[in-house]
Amino acid sequence: MAWTKQILRVNLTNGDVSVEPLNMGWAQEYLGQRGLATRYFVAEVDPTVDALGPDNKLIMATGPLTGTMASTGGRYSVITKSPLTGTIACSNSGGFIGAALKNAGWDMIIFEGKAPSPVYLYVEDDKVEILPADDLWGKSVWEADELIHKKHQDPQIRISCVGRAAESGCLFSAIVNDLHRAAGRSGVGTVMASKNLKAVAVRGTKGVGNIKDPIRFMREVTAQKKVLADNAVTGQGLPTYGTQVLMNVINEMGALPTRNMREVKFEGAHSVSGEAMHEKRKTDGKPNLTRNAGCFGCTIACGRISTVDQGHFSVANKPEYWGNSGGLEYEAAWALGPDTGVDDLDALTYVNFLCNEDGFDPISYGSTVAAAMELYDMGVITKEDTGGIELTFGSAEALVKVTELTAKGEGFGKILGLGSKRMCEKYGHPELSMTVKGQEFPAYDPRGIQGMGLTYATSNRGACHLRSYTVASEVLGIPVKTDPLETDGKPELVIAFQDATAAVDSSGLCLFTTFAWSLENIAPQIDAACEGDWSVEKCAEVGARIWNLERDFNMRAGLTGADDTLPKRLLKDAANVGPAQGKVAGLDLMLPKYYELRGWTTDGQLTDETRSRYRLPA
Amino acid sequence: MNITLKLYANLSGLLPARAQRNAAEVEVADNASLNTVIDQFKVPRESAHLVLLNGVFVCHEDRDRPGRLQAGDVLAIWPPVAGG
Repeated sequence: MAWTKQILRVNLTNGDVSVEPLNMGWAQEYLGQRGLATRYFVAEVDPTVDALGPDNKLIMATGPLTGTMASTGGRYSVITKSPLTGTIACSNSGGFIGAALKNAGWDMIIFEGKAPSPVYLYVEDDKVEILPADDLWGKSVWEADELIHKKHQDPQIRISCVGRAAESGCLFSAIVNDLHRAAGRSGVGTVMASKNLKAVAVRGTKGVGNIKDPIRFMREVTAQKKVLADNAVTGQGLPTYGTQVLMNVINEMGALPTRNMREVKFEGAHSVSGEAMHEKRKTDGKPNLTRNAGCFGCTIACGRISTVDQGHFSVANKPEYWGNSGGLEYEAAWALGPDTGVDDLDALTYVNFLCNEDGFDPISYGSTVAAAMELYDMGVITKEDTGGIELTFGSAEALVKVTELTAKGEGFGKILGLGSKRMCEKYGHPELSMTVKGQEFPAYDPRGIQGMGLTYATSNRGACHLRSYTVASEVLGIPVKTDPLETDGKPELVIAFQDATAAVDSSGLCLFTTFAWSLENIAPQIDAACEGDWSVEKCAEVGARIWNLERDFNMRAGLTGADDTLPKRLLKDAANVGPAQGKVAGLDLMLPKYYELRGWTTDGQLTDETRSRYRLPA
Repeated sequence: MNITLKLYANLSGLLPARAQRNAAEVEVADNASLNTVIDQFKVPRESAHLVLLNGVFVCHEDRDRPGRLQAGDVLAIWPPVAGG
């Protein structure tokens, strides 16, 4: 359905649950999900709030197309202030719970306060209960999911849950839904656990409604599904090889960050690639990849379902890990693999299982392990720190051991749970943290893909590829090919991607549709479903408004233009091989132009004119 | 002359049987253009989407030009793919 026009407010401190009408004035300006929830958040939360204190709030929000028959219309987002970055956090997830929440009749849930003891929220259409979760606390996501399903005797309940990592304060904890999809980045799970909120369980049965023009909507949706099916990327490439097909592409370009971004090519990339996932293992004759998988309403189905060889050292004598589960996606495979120097596909798959099972972001985690390995390499971290683990680059055994500790928040895992920035500061080497605004990099070296340097530096949630995925243009030629080694034109490219992405993230649709769709394909679907005029131009304007609103929150939280930077390693140390050999990230060549085009001051502050243009709150 | 040819995703079956890790050393004509090699190994032109010569993208317009390929070069080809 489009907007249900009602939201839930859950006060965890006193147990009050109230129903409010959706602010439709804001919906016209911010659409839904990422944008609309951020508008609520900005109105209600002091930007300087302690992210892990009871005054921080956490919003789970759907978009107007979530739960509809639009392809990929199953997304929801979690908006809060991040304990990892101190910025606005917005983490987006697929799976099925977004659609369940919409089908239960809710556009969003605003959680405030902190429960005196562990609880979970149970939503069955209009019935909303805060229930005790003492028996769930201390359990993994997978265990808690099973217990909740058994308790309610309903297999159709959809569950978002935090694991033991979040409970123990790991700063990059995720909120995992449907067992292996996640609102993964920026520590949104850590905030949820800080509120003693273990899980949100939703059963929605109300179905679809509130579509402005149902016949036009069905016509638009059908036409746009055909575009996805006919496109070689969304119709064939993604379902067959998933995102992991990028491993060899990015390595071949010399833009695959390796061993904590010291190098840009990984000799073991092929062993942990999408192609390798299809190859039969010598040990048991089976491939790592079992099948692909799709989220609610998705006609692409890029997800990976994998197994680990039962004889592999990581799972030998652990039959609970012998079955199928969520397999490696590119970003996770990179952080756990090339960035740590580990080329053991089954080890990475097992470690990825643990990230899902206990809810922590594999990108931030792998990147933090990589920094720890460099510190170990330098002799700064020793076996005394790690509890006897030889934390050398390339050691699959060490990676597995420290992951098991991090999942439970034990031993050296507690240190890794600080994230790369705080851990490197603790050991006196902040320069080794490959982060922006405290969040770890994803899998593209900005020395070889220049637009990604500007993307990382200006991302409103710290280093992130999903805020403006210029890789699509610079590497894949979507919508047009640009030179990855060139800085000219990149400020314009980054802004176009940032604004369009903010609009897509606010609609309920998946960003991956944009490998085939542009706003020209998306706006007509929104327009047919939602009240108001939703032209391409309006969607782009809404995207720009959201971007500026997020930026405004961050500035009020105490960040400045000086935070729009990259680690010295990327700005000073040139790539050592490949097409980018001799190049550094040319951020200084792009950032001033970016500020100018955004209508910000030369030091990155919003101007009154820009605020007024986007009608931002005072 | 000999070059290293790498074919990925669903193109990998077009490599010689001796290929390992999606790569094989192959012999091509001294003046071969990229499209000559693409045709020689029966890669459908529409599937030669992402073409990297020593890691650098070569656009469609430049793939017919002889003289780009040198002995020892690495030519890597993908069908339309994406990730993120």
